[in-house]
Amino acid sequence: MATMTIAKAINEGLRASLASDPKTLLMGEDIGELGGVYRVTDGLKKDFGALRVVDSPLAESGIIGTAIGLALRGYRPICEIQFDGFVFPGFNQITTQLAKLRTRSDGMLSAPVVIRIPYGGGIGSVEHHSESPEALFAHTAGLRIITPSNPQDAYWMIQQAVTCEDPVIVFEPKRRYWLKGEVDTSAPAGDPFSAHVLRRGTDATVVAYGPLVPVALAAAAAADEDGRSIEVIDLRSISPIDFDTVTESVTRTGRLIVAHEAPTFGGIGGEIAARISERAFLSLESPVIRVGGFHMPYPVARVEEQYLPDIDRILEALDRAFAY
Amino acid sequence: MNSSRLPAAEFEVEEVGRAVHSPDLGARQEPDAGMLQILSADGTMAGGLTAEIAGRTIDFSPYLSASDAAHLRSLYRDMFLIRRFDQESTALQRQGQLALWVPLTGQEAAQIGSGRALEPQDYAFPTYREHGVALTRGVELPDILRLFRGVTNGGWDPRERNFHLYTLVLAAQSLHAVGYAMGMQRDQLADPSLPPAASIAYFGDGASSEGDIHESMVFAASFNAPVVFFCQNNQWAISVPSSVQTRVPLAQRAEGYGFPGIRVDGNDVVAVEAATRWALEHARSGQGPVLIEAYTYRMSAHTTADDPTKYRLSRDEQEWQPRDPLARLESYLRSAGMADDAFFEELGAEARAMATELRQAVLSMTSPELADRFASVYAEPHPLVQEELRFFQEYEAGFADEGKHA
Ligand SMILES: Cc1ncc(C[n+]2csc(CCOP(=O)(O)OP(=O)(O)O)c2C)c(N)n1
Repeated sequence: MATMTIAKAINEGLRASLASDPKTLLMGEDIGELGGVYRVTDGLKKDFGALRVVDSPLAESGIIGTAIGLALRGYRPICEIQFDGFVFPGFNQITTQLAKLRTRSDGMLSAPVVIRIPYGGGIGSVEHHSESPEALFAHTAGLRIITPSNPQDAYWMIQQAVTCEDPVIVFEPKRRYWLKGEVDTSAPAGDPFSAHVLRRGTDATVVAYGPLVPVALAAAAAADEDGRSIEVIDLRSISPIDFDTVTESVTRTGRLIVAHEAPTFGGIGGEIAARISERAFLSLESPVIRVGGFHMPYPVARVEEQYLPDIDRILEALDRAFAY
Repeated sequence: MNSSRLPAAEFEVEEVGRAVHSPDLGARQEPDAGMLQILSADGTMAGGLTAEIAGRTIDFSPYLSASDAAHLRSLYRDMFLIRRFDQESTALQRQGQLALWVPLTGQEAAQIGSGRALEPQDYAFPTYREHGVALTRGVELPDILRLFRGVTNGGWDPRERNFHLYTLVLAAQSLHAVGYAMGMQRDQLADPSLPPAASIAYFGDGASSEGDIHESMVFAASFNAPVVFFCQNNQWAISVPSSVQTRVPLAQRAEGYGFPGIRVDGNDVVAVEAATRWALEHARSGQGPVLIEAYTYRMSAHTTADDPTKYRLSRDEQEWQPRDPLARLESYLRSAGMADDAFFEELGAEARAMATELRQAVLSMTSPELADRFASVYAEPHPLVQEELRFFQEYEAGFADEGKHA
């Protein structure tokens, strides 16, 4: 067991992927000498060389599009997008090409491209540096989307993304890059597309993912003091979503809160609410309640604390659920 | 192509359009300026040929097929067959057997010439119009119609013939071609005993405006990727003339990226083949990318959904008719005594037989079940897809039961 930050865990995970398969390579802006703007790829170019850790021209469509070509030739490219708000020049290649390659070839071709995107706010930055666009990608069939919330997952999930035959987008919770935790580098990893129950409880379930997982855990601890027993699920995978784990939990607790940073309208929370209403309607003691961002572009840094779902917003939602 | 009688009013609209889009500068490009041509429109063949490209004098004689009668006949045969294929496909669309057809008439030389320059280990990334290139790669022609028949979005195994699937999103494939070439470059480094290979990206003059073309040229140049960019400038992007896309001949853009660009007569199959051979060799030998602009003319409509009488001048069509790529090679073959009536008659019979077979193949294409389509969304098992497939099958089975009870 080693203690490391999420950023370091991803770095170690990438290192393991590069070491185990000579066909893997990293591509992105400033990922070489600099090690990425968040230093997630720090030192990798030094150890694996410029052919394996490629400082690409500044062109997101170019990064994704050439990665698709490399994948067609048998390579396993891992692309870094510098910030969430800058993935959109590459959106076309991701949604019209990468996601559809398998279907368009009737299953003959695979596109095992990994795209890493630091996402979410809470870092006091300027516009386009704090967005949570996961629902825009989750709506596209053919993509897989995961988001680790702790170093252990960060270390393993990136490696599993690389060996997956499907394209995988890894949304990395950037404000948690420096969150420390234990990493068992020898433990065989479980299915990256399954949810984890992080905390058992009997009265309500809170589902969260990525940056909001620690917030959900803290809210559950606070609710505990009020005598409410809250189960917390780390979704881990946004596409597919492990509805079985959520359904099982809700049939026991009877209440569900879904929390994410992205705007609630048209978001992942709505999808979970709808599915769980279908699957566990008779177990529900209250409607599924969503906690998320508002229908506005991510706000300026001076007010982002008010925008971001925090412990109190989750507690307020729990109060509403218990009021039914 | 039925030449249209355009009212004078449309004439004016067209002139106004040109004035707005590109005042003077390159608005009307000199068609033949600085263009590589070997077989001229009247069917005469130049001998050896040199050209100035990126400050170097290139001798194209080693790449010329002009003196090889059997080879020239086979180029003609390919062009003839693909034109017949195009006509039959257009007819099939008109009869409701295809959802859409994208004709290539007028572009046979650009496609056959460039396609025949490829080696088996090279890899082609087409748009949606490269039926001629597909023929040269050995793709079964009926397979090309599977996409347009609506039974699949692909139609063939790209790896079998090193000919990628058609791409409908303009310019997207240019980046795939560059990435693929970067992979070839890496393979070569890892195993120098592999035969040197290059990829070729096809796109149109309209697509040249898309950002992906720019990004692909930047990546190709930065990584010295063995890729040939092959732009068929057929002068129209649906109804919009190429003057709206560019002020300079497209080939000149290559200079800005730092690699050679050649403008070739796209209706001269011999020149296209020579230029592409040279470009591919340049790329394969580690000298980096090349851009070829094949200057040609789309004699047919953009697609079967298009109506060129709304925007095109009959004057232009009349101007281009005599430059027909088939007519000029035929006239050369005949005058040089390389082919006689018997050759052309046999070819006609072969094309008719091919068309009959094609029609039968299209009519006998079976539609997939929607249930089959669930299988190719992901490579690995996906719970949502499995759940929705189960739902769909049970839903369908419900109707089957109803049928039984009725
Ligand atoms: C990204 C994108 N935008 C628009 C279209 C619709 N469209 C299909 S073909 C075409 C014109 C293309 O012209 P050009 O690149 O010159 O190729 P050509 O068809 O003339 O060979 C357009 C606008 C498309 N397929 N993709």
